[in-house]
Amino acid sequence: MGRRISYREALREALRDALQSDPRVFLMGEDVGCYGGTYAVSKGLLEEFGPERIRDTPLSELGFVGAGIGAALGGMRPIVEIMTVNFSLLALDPIVNSAAMLHHMSGGQFSVPLVIRMATGAGRQVAAQHSNSFEGWYAHVPGLRVLSPATVEDARGMLKAALADPDPVLIFEHAQLYNSEGELPVDETLPVDIASARVHRGGTDVSLITHGGSLPKALQAAGQLAEQGISAEVIDLRVLRPLDDATIMASVRKCRRAVLVDEGWRSGSLAAEVMARISEQAFFDLDAPLARVCSEEVPIPYARHMEEAALPQVSKIVAAVQAVMGASV
Amino acid sequence: MIEFKLPSLGADMDEGTLLAWHIKPGDTVKRGQVVAVVDTSKAAVDVEIWSEGVVHELLVPVGAKVPVNTVLATLLAPGEAAPAPVPSGALQAGTAVVPLRRAVSPSARRRAKELGIDPDTLAGTGAQGSVTLADVEAAARSPAPVAAVAPAQVDATGAAAGAAPAPDRQVDMRKAIAAAMSRSKREIPHYYLAETIPMKNALAWLQQRNAGLPITERILTAALLLKAVAAALRRAPELNGFYRDEKFQPSAAVHAGVAISLRGGGLVAPALHDVGAKPLAQLMRELADLVKRARAGSLRSSEMSDPTITITNLGEQSVQSVFGVIYPPQVALVGFGSIAEQPWVDAGQLCAQPLLCATLAADHRASDGHRGALFLAELRELLQEPQALAGDPS
Repeated sequence: MGRRISYREALREALRDALQSDPRVFLMGEDVGCYGGTYAVSKGLLEEFGPERIRDTPLSELGFVGAGIGAALGGMRPIVEIMTVNFSLLALDPIVNSAAMLHHMSGGQFSVPLVIRMATGAGRQVAAQHSNSFEGWYAHVPGLRVLSPATVEDARGMLKAALADPDPVLIFEHAQLYNSEGELPVDETLPVDIASARVHRGGTDVSLITHGGSLPKALQAAGQLAEQGISAEVIDLRVLRPLDDATIMASVRKCRRAVLVDEGWRSGSLAAEVMARISEQAFFDLDAPLARVCSEEVPIPYARHMEEAALPQVSKIVAAVQAVMGASV
Repeated sequence: MIEFKLPSLGADMDEGTLLAWHIKPGDTVKRGQVVAVVDTSKAAVDVEIWSEGVVHELLVPVGAKVPVNTVLATLLAPGEAAPAPVPSGALQAGTAVVPLRRAVSPSARRRAKELGIDPDTLAGTGAQGSVTLADVEAAARSPAPVAAVAPAQVDATGAAAGAAPAPDRQVDMRKAIAAAMSRSKREIPHYYLAETIPMKNALAWLQQRNAGLPITERILTAALLLKAVAAALRRAPELNGFYRDEKFQPSAAVHAGVAISLRGGGLVAPALHDVGAKPLAQLMRELADLVKRARAGSLRSSEMSDPTITITNLGEQSVQSVFGVIYPPQVALVGFGSIAEQPWVDAGQLCAQPLLCATLAADHRASDGHRGALFLAELRELLQEPQALAGDPS
């Protein structure tokens, strides 16, 4: 493996790399310039690339996402940063009705090569309106590709692949991951694939299927389960749309049990979609009911103990796995 | 609004199937009028109504099976106005009854089918006590569930003749027997009948037939009893088959599950196929072969999975009678005790006569005591004329 680096630094290096290698690429969003980004991802880029390519925008998601779509249609390769997924609701119309649909509505005449980055998730005591996990909503929409980098490798490599995609790509960065660290591959400038899920840890008894900020929790749970003699295979979905059914089903067919871990609310969640697909494609391979660990169906609380109780936690994942294993361990 | 509910038509009735409606919405009904026909699984019963009124809505369709106290129809009391219509659908959906089903995981069910194992008989170690793939494969490896009754589950690598099975296999077998027998006593309403059968004619005929034959060609009493059971079942088809999906499924052929004790402990009850159609001499050969192979652990999957009735013979242990536990999904078990000379009154004269106690444990869902009694009486009569049983395919 290569250098050890933080998730935030990996994102910044990917941005710098993109800005250096393609003059059509520019970054815009709230506070990305002078302030260096709310999560300090773009710190230093204004000084390096100047205000033409690192553009601070007014507080109007509807406006600057729409401008990004126009720029993409006009031949640029914009990277739009929305501060968090919570505020992306103000830009749902341009994202869904314009970016995702223009290729179809124009009979294939226009593509929208737009990349939108945003932070998602809870766990930092910023209360309900700043703690949502809506990536599963976007994964519902045809015309979008939805990415969820959970590792520094993906934080470093997904942007390049997303910019090469002729259609709109959304990248969800879980706010709890910015300070996490990991090792880059030796050739760190290569793009990663943005089509497949990844088996992060091999196992034989149960498939733990997750993404984004829940991946570290799933891995920690798998470690505890191993001490109890339960071999959990951890799958990082990575790409939430289109889902990589083949990798999911191969794992479920092997382990015969699956537990989904998804920080979204359970009703109508991405976890629900994956469970439905497993039921459709691997029903006769199952050895236990499917299970999921999602957020409690409440606005995410502010108080620390309440917030922790509302979110998927390692202990909940371990308990869910034990339940599907029954007495067979 | 008057609710017309399914009444209990007997202490043992907890549900009924609606066979017919004799009324329709708008009809005026009187006290004591027969309004529906309900099958209680014992009989089709004309159900009367004890309220007067005008039929408003029939809530249960013909053919539906519903629990006692389910609202079958609503009536308007005399003078009552009809309520505003409510969206239908919810009411009907609420009346659907889903039969209880053993929790068997999808992969376990598929594998059990491949192996010819009834997964409903296995102990479950999975989530919520469900039977898992591992449970099925463990059952396939072990030499066999079964109690005084149970189809064999023995694989080719099973214990060699005379060798005691490994302790964990014993544990597995015990667990399997426990699961099957617990399910039987939990689900099957057994009834028991016994009949004393004079065996003088049968034993004399066997002795005469076996005289001068080499040992390998002699007919044992056990084979004659099997043959007699198969012949008697023609009078009582309700005892031969399976109770599945809430109903009895009769079997045309008699595949007798023969309870065979294993030397290391436990029992198997593999099937002797088509007993009714085979001449006695052939049956004897196959029985000897089956016992030998059962003890050697080399039974075939068809023998493991499809007995239609079980026959257990504890005569060698000189017990007088055996009242067995039915092996699900079968519906009957015939037990034979020892044959011993006892006092017997024949035509007013006390004499000594070899007697055999034959018992029947039967599933009351599939048959009634009257039918069981006919079966045992037929068995007794057939054994008085053993030569008639011997050759002709029955």
